[in-house]
Amino acid sequence: MSDISPSFPQAERPAAARPAWLTAANRQELKKLVQAALYLSPSLILFVAFVFVPLVRTFWLSARFTDPLGRPAAFAGLELYQRIFETPDFLNSFQRSLLFVVLTVPAELLCALGLALLGNLRLRRIDIYRMIFSCTIAVSGATASLIFAYLYHPALGWLNYLLGVVGLPAVPWLTSPNTALPAIAITTIWLALGLNTIILLAGMQGIPEELYESAMIDGARGAAQFRHITLPLLSPTIFFLLVVDVLAAFQVFTQVQVMTKGGPMDSTNVIVFSIYRQFYFNGQYGLAAAQSVLLFLIMLVLTVFQFGVLERRVFYE
Amino acid sequence: MSTLVKVSRRTPPARILRGAGLYLLLTVMAAVVLFPLWSAFTISMLSETEISAYPPFLAPTHLSLANFVHAMQQAPLLRYLLNSVVQSSLVMAGQLITASLAAYAFAFIDFKGRNVAFLLFLSTMMIPWEATIIPNYLTIKSLGWTDSFLGLSVPFLATAFGTFLLRQFFRSIPHELHDAATMDGCGSLRFLTTIVLPLARPALGTLAIYSFLQTYNQYLWPLLITNNQSMRTVQIGITLLQDEERFMFNTVMAGVVIVLLPTFLLFIAGNRQLIRGLTAGAVKG
Repeated sequence: MSDISPSFPQAERPAAARPAWLTAANRQELKKLVQAALYLSPSLILFVAFVFVPLVRTFWLSARFTDPLGRPAAFAGLELYQRIFETPDFLNSFQRSLLFVVLTVPAELLCALGLALLGNLRLRRIDIYRMIFSCTIAVSGATASLIFAYLYHPALGWLNYLLGVVGLPAVPWLTSPNTALPAIAITTIWLALGLNTIILLAGMQGIPEELYESAMIDGARGAAQFRHITLPLLSPTIFFLLVVDVLAAFQVFTQVQVMTKGGPMDSTNVIVFSIYRQFYFNGQYGLAAAQSVLLFLIMLVLTVFQFGVLERRVFYE
Repeated sequence: MSTLVKVSRRTPPARILRGAGLYLLLTVMAAVVLFPLWSAFTISMLSETEISAYPPFLAPTHLSLANFVHAMQQAPLLRYLLNSVVQSSLVMAGQLITASLAAYAFAFIDFKGRNVAFLLFLSTMMIPWEATIIPNYLTIKSLGWTDSFLGLSVPFLATAFGTFLLRQFFRSIPHELHDAATMDGCGSLRFLTTIVLPLARPALGTLAIYSFLQTYNQYLWPLLITNNQSMRTVQIGITLLQDEERFMFNTVMAGVVIVLLPTFLLFIAGNRQLIRGLTAGAVKG
């Protein structure tokens, strides 16, 4: 950024009132710093109060036994962490969350990629289709869950009716431990289509048209163009979405709370739901904090891994 | 784009056929995406006997507001809706103010420690909410802010994402304009309010729509800190409808339609701006 403003008027003031160390340049620096601090302070104060201090407090809480009101009592050291690994609960939640990531993230990316490719066609009225493909960005987790709870209804819902039409047996969507998590995954995939499609469409529109034109001259057609131009140039966007989608999948809560409340038989008791239940219903603040710390660390490691290993395979222009 | 070039080389009948095929595919996919929303709308128009019909109704037989009236009689949906709109407006206004101020510092003031401040902002986007939610919940409780708009909005008044979005836009404003204005004795706050903000209206619009949508659709936080009927937000209120045995799907879906209406109107009105702004922020980072 070009800063062409020299240290004008203030520099010409009489030197009398100024301490010796405060040269004109220093004063200018200081003035800028104070000004910047004033502009940043509303945000910074809020971040300190609701992000940084709470983060430290979570770590601190995770090393304490707490009374049912959440007041920290005796020092626990790492005992709460030990307890987490001794009970099958957390391991089950961890496994459920991982499965949920596997069920949702690839499907979200593939479906959105398909929709974005279609939305990127140069056809009349294509903007209407683009809007439809991205509309789930306006839908909340709670309403989507209620709608899908209806679609999944064993007797009244559409999904089992459609399965029956094509001759397949009815599926006990939300009432069987085998299908409840996939059912929540389908809801989540639908919900994530909007944002994923919007971002992929934008990525596609950023690819220079000349590349396709020269590919045409070389005789490259649809599939070859997609593989050699669209996909490599889109890889930074896909990578960005991969990180965002994985983190979001680890944080799923609303759909579980509305559709299954962690059941049946804990099959949808994902990590965040388990944390919620531990501190909000069982009053186990320390234990829940320890779980939060573990989840935070898992997500941190995953993000670092994605940036460190996967990003090397991403093609940047 | 590839298709357009390819299509024009073909003979006209093949081109028409191909075009029709593409529209068919587009329409089928659009129908799949819209189907859950359409079925919710359909159900909200049906009577109690109609919803248990087999096969299910694909479209409403008639337009009826009976279920909407019923839903609103059973739960104070309008009160919930008002709570959500107030909460979302507070967060939106707060984010616009804090993000404009911070973005101004990042874009126009060349201060020492700017990189450190930038990293601090960035790190808040990397810290997931469950790493902070238990202490935040305890803080709000000890402040006595449960069941209040303060508790619903204050933790969300600052936004790193919004700050970066606005900073990106502010940087496209020529720096010379800033220098000329300050040389003319225009204070920095006046420069921000009279020159920068009017120029940045598109970016402010994007942030406004985005933060409103995000807040309106919140679930876990309002679930934790509101217990009082009169302070419930609409997302929580609507799921309470489902829990009551006496409610049928048609009433619940009427409620869902009411809850979705504001965000859909906002999406339809502002989707161009939202999409353009969000992608500028996400892709060009």
